[in-house]
Amino acid sequence: MIGRLANVVSLVGARVVDWVWRLGFGARFFWAVLLHSGTALRRFPLTVREIYFAGVQSLIIILVSGLFVGMVLGLQGYDTLARYGSAEALGVLVALSLVRELGPVVAALLFASRAGSAITAEIGLMKATEQLDAMEMMAVDPVARVVAPRFWGGVISMPLLAALFSAMGIFGGYLVGVVLIGVDAGSFWSQMQSAVDLREDVFNGVLKSIVFGVAVTAIAVFEGYDAVPTAEGVSGATTRTVVSSSLAVLALDFILTALMFRGT
Amino acid sequence: MSDNVVEIDQVSFAYDARLVLSGISLEIPRGKVVAIMGGSGCGKTTLLRLIGGVMKPTSGDVRVFGQSTKSLSQDGLYALRRRMGMLFQFGALFTDSSSFDNVAFQIREHTGLPEPLVRDLVLMKLNAVGLRGAADLMPSELSGGMARRVALARAIALDPRLMMYDEPFAGLDPISLSVIGQLIRRLNDALGVTSIVVTHDVMESLKIVDYIYFISDGRIIARGTPDEIRASSMPFVHQFVHGEIDGPVAFHYPARSYGEDLLGTAGR
Repeated sequence: MIGRLANVVSLVGARVVDWVWRLGFGARFFWAVLLHSGTALRRFPLTVREIYFAGVQSLIIILVSGLFVGMVLGLQGYDTLARYGSAEALGVLVALSLVRELGPVVAALLFASRAGSAITAEIGLMKATEQLDAMEMMAVDPVARVVAPRFWGGVISMPLLAALFSAMGIFGGYLVGVVLIGVDAGSFWSQMQSAVDLREDVFNGVLKSIVFGVAVTAIAVFEGYDAVPTAEGVSGATTRTVVSSSLAVLALDFILTALMFRGT
Repeated sequence: MSDNVVEIDQVSFAYDARLVLSGISLEIPRGKVVAIMGGSGCGKTTLLRLIGGVMKPTSGDVRVFGQSTKSLSQDGLYALRRRMGMLFQFGALFTDSSSFDNVAFQIREHTGLPEPLVRDLVLMKLNAVGLRGAADLMPSELSGGMARRVALARAIALDPRLMMYDEPFAGLDPISLSVIGQLIRRLNDALGVTSIVVTHDVMESLKIVDYIYFISDGRIIARGTPDEIRASSMPFVHQFVHGEIDGPVAFHYPARSYGEDLLGTAGR
């Protein structure tokens, strides 16, 4: 009995030590990426290429999802607001929901699944096929040449994708609310314009998307770089990227929301 | 200055608690093609990584071009590696770049040469391995042998003084195998470099190398010229060179007696 208990304690201890060690390694890696960002920023075409892969290639899923989320918001919002006779406030509800919350969060979750997983798989496969080792042997630092441009490509893409998601969502809300149901277009837009504050709502939403972009991309590049160089290792790392970055986005969202919107 | 490009002095190396190399000493003389042979997992590739400074020895010293890799900073190691070229087991070509861009990679990264000059250099390197016509092909469009040759052109792009080959013959058809073997020898002699070939392909390497080290269980157990190795009566070397099924390297993985496993009560 005592022996079994000791085994469980030692297993839990080993897991915790492993987790803390990995967290420390991840923090050091993140610092190294920041330190080696000179190449990515000096040779900006390297980063532009990654913006294309992470950002431009995620456009379809972001735009389509944004449109449908906005349409659903339009339907659900109208149904609820109409009960209280304030259907004209539909524009405010759609815009605030998207700009403050759904835009950054859903775009980040989609970004993690579409671009984050691709970044991890690509770096992991480069490691498994010795491409990173080859780069090291050619006296080229893979963190500076491969990781940093991908990191900055993701960080730059994320707020732009979140903004497009919100814009498409508002358009979707307009389609359903104004075009389909018949809410007054003037009220829809004017109430939105007067209720949405640039600093309080838009700026905070952009800030959230930047933080999510850093978190998702940092996790993606770390998992790829740290992947066990086998097919199974890369697939495990890809899964971990999606799970960890989704959880990180949701947890960070709660913290940021609590800090940003206290009593407003 | 010593006439050895690489000097390995009493080097041991362990992954965690597993000892891979145990007190190895060897020299690689300038201008020679030297093979390091041994069974899979005997530490051959580890030795190349130690020479490249990718890993540091647990004990002992690795000196390349007279510099101890242990004492070099990251910048020092990078400066050292710019004098080396390495051909990886399966080429390790960048899969998102064409053959041309793969070969141009180092030239673009390390020199500020204008693009027309880069183009000429790349075509010269590709021509040396017979693949100038494949410059625009992507790695996925190349056969195994062609990929290995493009990787070789990439490795010699900056005219290294030391070439390292990690299992260059693995998985190649007889023609590609012969082509790679001849290229290793020809490039070594034409460019005046020093070459280290890590391999377990006996027949092909005995044709092209000047000297051989045999590694087993993390130690050097035999060394000599190809003729000396062919004539060796040492049981391990004899088994390895002649590809015999049984010998010092047993066919069976260690296990309980066969009879006990089949008739015994264990596990029932």
